[in-house]
Amino acid sequence: MNLEFGSEYDEFTQEVENFCKEYAGATITSDDQKFEMHDALSGNVSSTNGKTVGRSEWQKLLIEKGYFARSIPKEYGGYGGETDIIKSRIIAGAFAKYKVPNAMGGQGIDMLVPTLLEWGTEDQKQQYVESTLHGQTVWCQGYSEPNAGSDLASLQTKGELIDGNWVINGQKIWTSTAQYSQMMFCLVRTEPEASKHAGISFILIPMDTPGIEIRPLVDMTLKAGFNEVFFDNVTVPEENIVGKRGEGWSVANSVLGHERGSLANPNATLNRLNTLINLMKEETIDGRRLIDVASYRDRLLQIQGKVLAVQANSLRLLSAKINPGQNVKLGGMIQKLVGTELRHELEGLAIDIMGELGTLYEDDPNVRGGGSWQFTYMYFLGLIIGGGTNQIQKNIISERGLGMPREPKVQAEV
Amino acid sequence: MYFGLSEEQESIQDFVKKFLDDNVTVDEIRKIANGEGEEIEKSIFDSILNLGINSLLVPEEHNGLGAGLLHAVAVAQSLGSGVGPIPFVGSYVMAPIAIKLGGNEDQKNNYLSKIATNEIRFGVGMSEFVGAREDAGIEFSKNKINGRALFVLDAEKSDFLILANKSGALFIVNSEDKGVTLNKLTTVDKTRNFHEIILNNAEAEILKNTSDNSEIAKKVIDAGRIILAADTVGASEAMVEKAVSYSKERKQFNRTIGSFQAVKHMCAEMAADLEPCYSLVWQAAHSYDNEEISTSRLLACQSKSHVSEVAKVISKKATEVHGGMGFTDLLGLHYWFKRIGLNRQILGAPEIVREEAAELQGFNQ
Repeated sequence: MNLEFGSEYDEFTQEVENFCKEYAGATITSDDQKFEMHDALSGNVSSTNGKTVGRSEWQKLLIEKGYFARSIPKEYGGYGGETDIIKSRIIAGAFAKYKVPNAMGGQGIDMLVPTLLEWGTEDQKQQYVESTLHGQTVWCQGYSEPNAGSDLASLQTKGELIDGNWVINGQKIWTSTAQYSQMMFCLVRTEPEASKHAGISFILIPMDTPGIEIRPLVDMTLKAGFNEVFFDNVTVPEENIVGKRGEGWSVANSVLGHERGSLANPNATLNRLNTLINLMKEETIDGRRLIDVASYRDRLLQIQGKVLAVQANSLRLLSAKINPGQNVKLGGMIQKLVGTELRHELEGLAIDIMGELGTLYEDDPNVRGGGSWQFTYMYFLGLIIGGGTNQIQKNIISERGLGMPREPKVQAEV
Repeated sequence: MYFGLSEEQESIQDFVKKFLDDNVTVDEIRKIANGEGEEIEKSIFDSILNLGINSLLVPEEHNGLGAGLLHAVAVAQSLGSGVGPIPFVGSYVMAPIAIKLGGNEDQKNNYLSKIATNEIRFGVGMSEFVGAREDAGIEFSKNKINGRALFVLDAEKSDFLILANKSGALFIVNSEDKGVTLNKLTTVDKTRNFHEIILNNAEAEILKNTSDNSEIAKKVIDAGRIILAADTVGASEAMVEKAVSYSKERKQFNRTIGSFQAVKHMCAEMAADLEPCYSLVWQAAHSYDNEEISTSRLLACQSKSHVSEVAKVISKKATEVHGGMGFTDLLGLHYWFKRIGLNRQILGAPEIVREEAAELQGFNQ
């Protein structure tokens, strides 16, 4: 066991720390609503004592410094550095420690960019990667359908190749940020004769194409904003396919695992725990600090135990990336299940200890934390369901992790 | 950067595990539990002693291996996994640490190398420092000790005892002293022994550095808690493995029960809750060996309490996966259930330990 990164990283750590001290507690002025949700979830905290920076300048600065898009080649708008997991960890650690706002995220940056770098043609990389990294092209993900949720591969949105164009008909659901997006990456059934998984293609669709209709789907937070997206003879050029015909399932799955892990970032959870501890020191009941109420304190300590355990688990996973061959068994597979449940529980504790005050929401003048406790509590219930429901996660853990038998196939209902 | 057990630590861990898997069946555990397995118990103990577990934590200048606590964690996981019926946490973790930190040069010279060469073995009782029940407690004056200590670890057939008073001073008593009475306590866990010690004017010496410094007793308890957590992690791992493998064999409704989601999901939940516990306990031991007390004590407390909570649920669910058989003595699953249950209570049950962790962080005023 050795938790030191080694003296060769001292200089880099110093450089990152200096940058972070300069921007400690900085506030992002968002020109756009679309990143509001990202800020809340990544634990970005606004404070009154830090600098103020514009969203796009901030993104540009982070790429220039190599604190974002670090290993993405320069020709595609990245920093062009070597992949170095330890440096990434140092950056993430310092940003969390000094409460420096993170770079923009979202499905374009987190999912489409790595997909295009792996599967895209040179033209596709040139056309999309840089503008996506800089937040100029925002993407939404067209995967789920009303009848294809946990069983995603049964999706039915149809794509036909007619005269050098894909003509697409069907419907997607749970599409976040569709209303702000310039583009969608979409799974479409193009090979109706092929088996379920082999009949799907991965197609890029400009959202201003005629025939697309977006209907908002309000979720329980009344904020996050999903959509339904309808396609009526939506026509896009043949070259908008990523990978070959029928390869869409593999293209999509190459980054799905990444999404699952990132849904429950342990650093963000630790930041929230610290915010909760401060809340319990500030809020009172009958003049007593909430942290002095033994039953509340015990629940806090129980959650701290869980947070420390997932932090330790993530260190072990980091170690396995640095030391190829290290066996971490189920360490990665459990992250989404454990992390989302933990975060939901943590946010819920904040609501419980505030009693009636915990029910305040939105712009109520007495609301605590800008309504973030209720919002995140509900949002994480969404994440428990989304990204592969936690029941599906348990199937994956038991079947792939523990080698338990699959559910026997049932005859189709007649 | 490497987060995990070293090759050497994994190898001693595998060795202890394999030895217990190959040589200590449920039948043998049952004999020992029923008090009919003295010879088996001795041969198991001798074999494991051959690996040098008695000298692990004894410093090299006293003929020990001078290993860190993480080494002992590696061993404890395997002992828990095989419900190893041997003394460990008291005799070979807490005792050498107490003497190393609390003894003067004479005391260290007197006792440490004898632990390493297996000439002597200690039992350890610190429950009254953690939280006294039934007004138990010991008084020391003029080299004599009086009173009562409860839940003393590894005292059976020990040569000496280390006992803590309520303020954390530590005393060494000869187990054979005529003023010492050992009463074996009947606990649910029959794989290890726990004693009430009655002291009536027994000869005792104080570990010199502990007379006005409770920090040493705390440090000994930190180590004990981490090792108990590791033992619990091992026992939990065994229970999950047993549940998964039983569910792949047992058939009902013409299917293995492991193909039912109700069963699969219980197994997935156990595995998902247990997996981060390995890392937590390893980090706690690493921190104990290398970091500031403020960091390492929080991890020690949280390892003990968090792992105990996770394991309580696992011991229940794993038993349920076995159905009626899980409830029988025939299968012997209950030895693991009870070992987990006992580890939870000793050296501070979760609520007590969490309250200490809160105090440590300055939460309660």
